[in-house]
Amino acid sequence: MRELDASRITETVARLCVEANRHLPEDMKACITRAREQEQWAPAREILDRIRENYEIAGRDEMAICQDTGMACVFLEIGQDVHINGDLTAAVNEGVRKGYGEGFLRKSVVRDPLDRVNTGDNTPAMLYVDLVPGDRVQVTVAPKGFGSENMSQLKMLKPSDGLQGVKDFVVKVVEDAGPNPCPPIVVGVGVGGTFDKAALLAKKAILRPAGSHNENPFYAALEDELLERVNALGIGPQGFGGKTTALAVNIEYLPTHIAGLPVAVNLNCHVTRHKSEVL
Amino acid sequence: MAIKVTTPLSPEDARKLKSGDSVLLSGVIYTARDAAHKRLCELVAQGKPLPLDVKDAVIYFVGPTPAKPGQAIGSAGPTTAYRMDAYSPILIRQGLTGMIGKGKRGPEVIDAMKECGCVYFGAIGGAGALLSSCVKKAEIIAYEDLGAEAIRRLEVEDLPVTVIIDAQGNNLYETGRSAYLETVK
Repeated sequence: MRELDASRITETVARLCVEANRHLPEDMKACITRAREQEQWAPAREILDRIRENYEIAGRDEMAICQDTGMACVFLEIGQDVHINGDLTAAVNEGVRKGYGEGFLRKSVVRDPLDRVNTGDNTPAMLYVDLVPGDRVQVTVAPKGFGSENMSQLKMLKPSDGLQGVKDFVVKVVEDAGPNPCPPIVVGVGVGGTFDKAALLAKKAILRPAGSHNENPFYAALEDELLERVNALGIGPQGFGGKTTALAVNIEYLPTHIAGLPVAVNLNCHVTRHKSEVL
Repeated sequence: MAIKVTTPLSPEDARKLKSGDSVLLSGVIYTARDAAHKRLCELVAQGKPLPLDVKDAVIYFVGPTPAKPGQAIGSAGPTTAYRMDAYSPILIRQGLTGMIGKGKRGPEVIDAMKECGCVYFGAIGGAGALLSSCVKKAEIIAYEDLGAEAIRRLEVEDLPVTVIIDAQGNNLYETGRSAYLETVK
């Protein structure tokens, strides 16, 4: 069995928190650039130019792309043949503390949703752990801003609502959100599973590169169709009108119960950040 | 062409700005978001003085990242404004003439804006690094315990904003979208 010291997790999480917040992933840059080329509406083109300028400044000057440096969502895929020496959860939180402190990132977490006292170090992380075959550990840090998180929705549809029900719900969530989640957005959709798994799928869908497709051709075609439908809403960048409301619709699905059709839609802004490393 | 506006902003000047106008804003503005708004409105309810003079003032809904050495402020883009809807009418009736944020506002806010002469500006959400360079000076003047949510006095130069909702209630989120949709009919 391979041994891995928890301090390696801490160092990696800390570094990824900083890098993810300062450097927009290339897939997002490519999508924004393509959208700028295809956008015909002048105010929308101007905003997309500013958005590009912004992520270039952030990368060049090593500063946060957006002031909402998010809750630190940390996804670990841990190989079954790895033994981690030390307290894994504490190691992840220490990484967040270090990254957000040393990286001049905003501390946006309150210790209790009702008494609302800031924890001061952006901990705790929202930690998701999957066990996978092998002896590697993949660490992904995805800082999640709440302007878009607040506009996300989940609905337990009836099986009779079917495909049309899913499509209409996704479009409704984007329409309801309007300018609030900082369009152009990335739309993460989770279909199936249980109440909680649908939401997790939607969040994981956001991690998939913008512009990629589900391996299942049916869902890949649905992603294209829904992207077209949400972009026909005309909300546009920042809600000032235009074609570019969403850059991508990513769908993930799971088997579900004979009585259910859960659908979760997790929205993310044009600063959709994630960075991974394999240990 | 962008209109240059310097604070303080009188209600008369606020009423001259029209939905859709591009504005370069200079002068002193104040930061406040959820937690600071709650405290300010509690003070108003108790009839106590506020830590800032909101008369003819502009509040920027922002919680910046910490400044790196040599910076006045870190990333400093707008936060979603509807969360301040419960509080904004109270501050508008105390004399506030401008708000900078992003996203929709409720009818109770728009009514207060029309009544008192106040505009709602939008800055580009998610463009915090770009907007940071317009802030020349920043100092915390109240509620330091709130961290990123403390009230800061900012000196800004040519901060690029757009009038989203004007003091007549015209709304760029509605007109911009419908004008675009007309072009693709």
